[in-house]
Amino acid sequence: MSQAKVPTWVNIALIPVLNIMLAFFVSGLVILAIGENPIEAAGYLIYGAFGYDEGIGYTLYYATNLIFTGLAVSVAFKGGLFNIGGEGQAYIGGLGVGLICLSLDHTMPLYVIAPLAVIGAAVFGAAWAYIPAYLQARRGSHIVITTIMFNFIASSLMVYLIVNWLKEDGRMAPNSRTFEESAWLPYLHELLSPIGIEIGDSPLNLAFIWALLCCVFVWGLIWHTRWGYQLRTLGTNPTAARYAGIDTAKVTIWAMLISGGLAGFVGLNEIMGVNHNLLLNFTAGYGFAGIAVALMGRNHPIGIILAAILFGALYQGGAELAFEIPTITPEIVVVIQGLVILFSGALEHMFKDRIEGFFIRRAVA
Amino acid sequence: MFETLILMLDATMRVSTPLIFAALAGLYSERAGIVDIGLEGKILGSAFAAAAAAAVFGSAWIGLCFGILASVGLAMIHGFACITHRGDHIVSGVAINTIVAGLTVTLSMHWFGMGGQTPALVGDARFLDITFPFADAMESVPIIGQIYSNLLSGHNILVYLAFIMVPVTYWVIYKTRFGLRLRAVGENPHAVDTAGISVSFIRYRALIICGILCGLAGAYLSTAHNAGFLKDMSAGKGYMALAALIFGKWRPVPVLLACLLFGFLDAVAVRMQGVVIPGIGEVPVQAIEVLPYVLTVLLLAGFIGKAIGPKAIGRPYVKERA
Repeated sequence: MSQAKVPTWVNIALIPVLNIMLAFFVSGLVILAIGENPIEAAGYLIYGAFGYDEGIGYTLYYATNLIFTGLAVSVAFKGGLFNIGGEGQAYIGGLGVGLICLSLDHTMPLYVIAPLAVIGAAVFGAAWAYIPAYLQARRGSHIVITTIMFNFIASSLMVYLIVNWLKEDGRMAPNSRTFEESAWLPYLHELLSPIGIEIGDSPLNLAFIWALLCCVFVWGLIWHTRWGYQLRTLGTNPTAARYAGIDTAKVTIWAMLISGGLAGFVGLNEIMGVNHNLLLNFTAGYGFAGIAVALMGRNHPIGIILAAILFGALYQGGAELAFEIPTITPEIVVVIQGLVILFSGALEHMFKDRIEGFFIRRAVA
Repeated sequence: MFETLILMLDATMRVSTPLIFAALAGLYSERAGIVDIGLEGKILGSAFAAAAAAAVFGSAWIGLCFGILASVGLAMIHGFACITHRGDHIVSGVAINTIVAGLTVTLSMHWFGMGGQTPALVGDARFLDITFPFADAMESVPIIGQIYSNLLSGHNILVYLAFIMVPVTYWVIYKTRFGLRLRAVGENPHAVDTAGISVSFIRYRALIICGILCGLAGAYLSTAHNAGFLKDMSAGKGYMALAALIFGKWRPVPVLLACLLFGFLDAVAVRMQGVVIPGIGEVPVQAIEVLPYVLTVLLLAGFIGKAIGPKAIGRPYVKERA
């Protein structure tokens, strides 16, 4: 069976769309099972996500986090590594952002703090990915298990740091003081209104633009640099990579550092863009959702943007849906997310082999 | 001092029980070559199904049956993806965990409408503690009596079952024909296939056992340890069981010891809350909570012993066709 005979559009469009349709179909059955109308539900969902300015803003705000974690997962995936630790890396990345903001917001203007916060997020996120990466590359311990363990370690570490060191004096709430406005990333609706573009108020902020830039960066890095070639070789065939003289340990470690850094940028959006203080559990599952985004986006930046917007729409539309139909909880979005992972990830071969076989037979005939 | 120790060991037994069930579940699955990140999801799914059925039928045993059914169902989805369709084991596990996390809340809201909980279970809907004969009379006897009446007696039946499952698992894995084949499938599936035994069938059976044990873990959480289902009540126990499985190097008795160690650390963490140790000061609870994970990472890194898993783990078996 040669891959070349299968038309490209089948692989990049038909099969992913089919898998997603199946995931949505099963989600529809779940909604049907709890006695609601799936078509009506889908209507509320789409209206909530795209029907008005604020809705679109929220959709893109959620998508920002998902682009970061989706890119993080896919960079590691390209090298054949499964980084399941995006959650922890994002959490620690947020710590980096928070520490920069807390220490500089009284003295520095935004144009100094913002670049430093970007560096802080990347360095802290990357540092949290470094230990699992090092252990995988040099000591052969399995990266999936170590990154899972590091998620839990990150979570305990953050509770300890926030409750014991960073909490505002005399307050019960486990979060830091609110940053001065000089450490707030500007909202897009604030940025755009002076130049005559009016969009509704939403948490959408400058981090979204940074997410798009990261997509360009990842695209260039993976497909247009020597290092990217090495990474893809490692992911496709580690033995061939070693024979070709690629230092696989080094590529592994760098892939994880970049992956961790990208995940860390979630902190930029959440801590600096929206919450304006350092708080517990702001990552809210985005690290795991990144796996679904990467799988659905076929590990390509364009695909990841589309998948992130789709999932962002599910988050935002899901909130709207839960408001309109109270018997449906926002957690239905988590179910859909899981089904997408199941059908476009774990069960990807279910249709693929048959459809490819069909096109190959047609090509031969 | 001695009484404190007894109390802590007693707590250890209660906390370790779901870990033991889940880690043994993982043992069957991983020894057969199927990576199971989905322990967490199966525990949570079973906890919900057990609590829901126990609330409706008023019987903990019926609850347990439903819990096991739910968990085995999830294990079969995992098998369908990983064995039949050669999917990625980790992706499939993540999918199952995610689906269950969402579905349990969605369904419990629909059925019970209590913010994602199930009604509180009372009476027969829970597994109640069993008091051994003469436990009261023995309590006054120093040491032996205290161990008998305070540590060994007074747990529910699932706790004892968990501890019985360890020698049973040892026997199944090392002393039966099925166990030999199961281990062989995890190490070298080609050899098993050459002998004319179906690799897929053995792996499916391993996953059924895995599902049953996770079902017990989940039912324990919601109908014995607690009185009802709470959102996300598995709280990482599946992952900790996975850590215990690796820490015990995929062998039943060391896995039991790892579970007991992790359970004991949990009991210590609860006890140490706000306690000041002379010379050291207050030990943060988080430092103790995180120890199981740190220890597992150190072990995996080869700093304390070496953990080598089954050879064919995580690899789909493709039967050669002529």
